Amino acid sequence: MADKKDDIRYLTPIDIETKKTKYCRFRKNNIKYIDYKDPDYLLLLVNEQGKILPRRLTGTSLKYQRKVSQAIKRSRHIALLPYLTDQLK
Amino acid sequence: MNNRYETVFILTPVLSDQQAKETVKSYKSMLKSADSKVHHEEDWGLRKLAYPIQKKSTGFYYLLEHETDPAFIDKLEVALKRDEKVIRFLTVKMDKHHIAFAEGNRERRKKDKKESSDKA
Repeated sequence: MADKKDDIRYLTPIDIETKKTKYCRFRKNNIKYIDYKDPDYLLLLVNEQGKILPRRLTGTSLKYQRKVSQAIKRSRHIALLPYLTDQLK
Repeated sequence: MNNRYETVFILTPVLSDQQAKETVKSYKSMLKSADSKVHHEEDWGLRKLAYPIQKKSTGFYYLLEHETDPAFIDKLEVALKRDEKVIRFLTVKMDKHHIAFAEGNRERRKKDKKESSDKA
């Protein structure tokens, strides 16, 4: 009976979602200041609609997430980032 | 005790270049009159806005990095608010990380300029 299980042959070994450990990109690259004046960098931390990505997805620490959200809100104020769009990236 | 500030403001695109330069000069002279030191200034020129402000979709961006007395900032902001040519402005107090970042940028830019001039 055991070999019945082996009948199922997968062409490529399915890699079940191995738990990738998230890390805070700011602490890892030792970035101390997030500039609100260059929108290209901030685009990495914003989803397609221009909303700020939550910490559980980006994995940033609380201290830097506050700086990120402040920087994004400032760049939105001076019209470098939109408040709301549909196809940002 | 003077703090370091960074002011970014956007001018309406309707202005001619000459008028735009004049308004920037007026603010710089205003800062100088209040014995503040302008460390760095940047002119990003005409840029597309992410969303229309006052029915306009482009604007002249200017950045002034200065060291002034905190009491004077209110006067500066009132002047910016009253000026119709300025459609949006933002004054930010610079903490030590921000200052280090700005200084680093300046060195890098100077180095690039020197390299490009050497090559040319």
